[in-house]
Amino acid sequence: MTERATIAVAMSGGVDSSTVAALLAHEGYAVMGLTLQLWDQRRLAGRHGIPDAPKAGRCCSLDDVYDARRVAEQLGIPFYVVNQQERFERDVVRPFVQEYLAGRTPIPCSLCNNHLKFDQLLQTARSIGAERIATGHYAINEFDPARDAGRGRWILKRARDLAKDQTYFLFGLTQEQLAHTLFPLGHLTKPEVRAAARRYGLALSEKPDSQEICFIPSGDYKQFLAAYLEEQGESLPETAGELVSTSGEVLGRHEGIFNFTVGQRKGLGLSSAVPLYVLRIEPASHRVTVGADAELATRTLRARDLNWISIPELTGPMRVKIKIRHRHEPAWATIEPTGPDEVAATFDEPQRAVTPGQSAVFYDGDEVVGGGWIV
Amino acid sequence: MKRVYMDANATTPLLPEVVEAMRPYWMERFGNASSIYLDGQQARMAVDGSRATLAEFFNCHDAEVVFNSGGTEGDNTAIFGLLRPGDHLITTAIEHSAILEAAERMAQRGVEVTYVAPAASGLIDPAEIQRALRPETRLVSVMLANNETGVLQPVEEICKITRGGGAFFHIDAVQGAGKVPIDVRRFGCHLLTISAHKMYGPKGVGANFVRRGTPVESLLVGGGHERRRRAGTENVPGIVGLAKAAELAMHSLDDSALEDGELVRLARLRDRLEAEILRIPGTGVNGTYIPQTPGAPGPAFGTWESTRPVPRVANTTNIWFDNLEGEALVIALDLKGVAVSGGSACHSGATDPSHVLLAMGLDKNRARASLRFSLLKTATEADVDYVLQVVPEAVERLRAISPVAAGTLG
Repeated sequence: MTERATIAVAMSGGVDSSTVAALLAHEGYAVMGLTLQLWDQRRLAGRHGIPDAPKAGRCCSLDDVYDARRVAEQLGIPFYVVNQQERFERDVVRPFVQEYLAGRTPIPCSLCNNHLKFDQLLQTARSIGAERIATGHYAINEFDPARDAGRGRWILKRARDLAKDQTYFLFGLTQEQLAHTLFPLGHLTKPEVRAAARRYGLALSEKPDSQEICFIPSGDYKQFLAAYLEEQGESLPETAGELVSTSGEVLGRHEGIFNFTVGQRKGLGLSSAVPLYVLRIEPASHRVTVGADAELATRTLRARDLNWISIPELTGPMRVKIKIRHRHEPAWATIEPTGPDEVAATFDEPQRAVTPGQSAVFYDGDEVVGGGWIV
Repeated sequence: MKRVYMDANATTPLLPEVVEAMRPYWMERFGNASSIYLDGQQARMAVDGSRATLAEFFNCHDAEVVFNSGGTEGDNTAIFGLLRPGDHLITTAIEHSAILEAAERMAQRGVEVTYVAPAASGLIDPAEIQRALRPETRLVSVMLANNETGVLQPVEEICKITRGGGAFFHIDAVQGAGKVPIDVRRFGCHLLTISAHKMYGPKGVGANFVRRGTPVESLLVGGGHERRRRAGTENVPGIVGLAKAAELAMHSLDDSALEDGELVRLARLRDRLEAEILRIPGTGVNGTYIPQTPGAPGPAFGTWESTRPVPRVANTTNIWFDNLEGEALVIALDLKGVAVSGGSACHSGATDPSHVLLAMGLDKNRARASLRFSLLKTATEADVDYVLQVVPEAVERLRAISPVAAGTLG
């Protein structure tokens, strides 16, 4: 057998990444496992109602590191835990907090992918002798030699299991990162992955999927904001203000713009004949506009901090389907550049709850054209 | 692949003589040392004989030796066993966490704690201890040799100051034992802690020297073992192994005065390793003489160190590497067969920057990019050659692929 390349698997202790490690090891690659230590789950324990003992099944809990290590031991591969807590706090947690305080609704997973998993981890892996990293993301990356006038281009495609597809969180990947990454689960469905895990005798084959934001043990982001700021010796900024109707009528008051996300219905503290939803959050005036469900629909959005994958750059109008949140069915639209690092999109049909802080990811069929952050 | 283990300060393998000495006490002489019949007497004899060996090792009376489960228990016993709410404790910022975390717990329970910071060289200035002393100071606890830097602390001088202030003095000698001579009479301490597995003995066993009349409350209760100072059936094979390790260490230390002694050889190997690694640009030693420190204490022990201004144990060097990720360097070296450590392992197995290096004033990046090389006394020239082949390559690769400019992290 010829010597196969060394691959570093980003192991979280979950079924997906564990199965990736098992698949690659059985295929004969030299595999090593790396677990990122991103957040100390006990750090904010006891503050603002955050429980003392974190529940299992969140990233970086000791249970998850233990599970990842046990899989590595079973496979007989080298395994290391890499401490990236400072970088995670700087590049993911702080921006997450600041986005909410500015009245936007952030996606920490995309930031983590851009800054930690596919940047720092890839660098660490390459510096210790691995050519590539592999992750348990459901996505497909392929090199198309015909693109860019024959120079070729890496493309990112939706996973075969569309219900598990994670390309929405991966739009920030560069050509360099795509070239050094394997997504072995892209062509598998979740049941097939669990079956593979059972076949390889992995004890965690029935471990439930994690859903929440990994560093928020309670799942309550408001509690987290308060606890984190308290720990930092900061206080929640004063962003209380008015709840107004679309006609400008003051309907009530709220205690801070960070309590809201566009499309939110619960927790407004208003009684009304028709259900009311958050339509708009204005960070400067602290004003939160509410209205009927129908008023949530918009036909346009603008996105910045763009990354292009299947094309080098957007030079003119392009027909794409756009996904504006993780659980959103991509909708037809035309995108066109409106400034440096900014595009405007016009949907064929109005879309419900376009939310600043989320990302807009552009698809051409299964291919990710690129994406950016909704402003 | 060749493997070179250069993390003797983490743990050491048993010497063959130690394994042999322990062998009968697993199956043939398995008795409980508290039993009155022959099987018990055999075990008792082994424990008593071991106690006599340890008394020689410490230079104390047999009755002043208390066997326990190792360094953590020994350190914890000094802190928990002597301090009560209202007392004052002086320790240093560079102690092992068995001291520091015990001190933190006592602080939550009404004990005042003063942490003395080291000089940039890694040395504790006895004058700082003097300044920290108060009438209510009950205990001063300072380590003999630092685990990260190998720097030897001026414990004799600190002890004089402590006793002058009417306080008890504890020495955590876990990293010093076997590397420099131990003499509790010369040190003048009331308590001293050692652990077998740092000196080529088994894990899970250690001993405290407890000067007669020192009112240390036992940590464990449930029997009259060790003169009511440490309950629990004696770990007979472990105690025998500790005694054999101590005996062998005494031989090494006797030899150390001679030109061809074991520790002289080890110091030369370490010095060659250090000098060669320092030829890599952007490197330096942590734990070196800082000439600006006025009145820095000179070498108190280890005459083989006389060429160096800051006394260190013979087997340890701690080196910083600029412009790379220390954690990645440790992994890269492991994958090439070299076991060294960087920083302290946190609960998940990831590495945190060493609190010792931070206390010495290193910034986080430099502390994070510092590696400890601690040689086994069985280390060979070939081991050093191999490490010197692997380290520069790994450093170069890391700096090329994943450079860490100062300030990019944290």
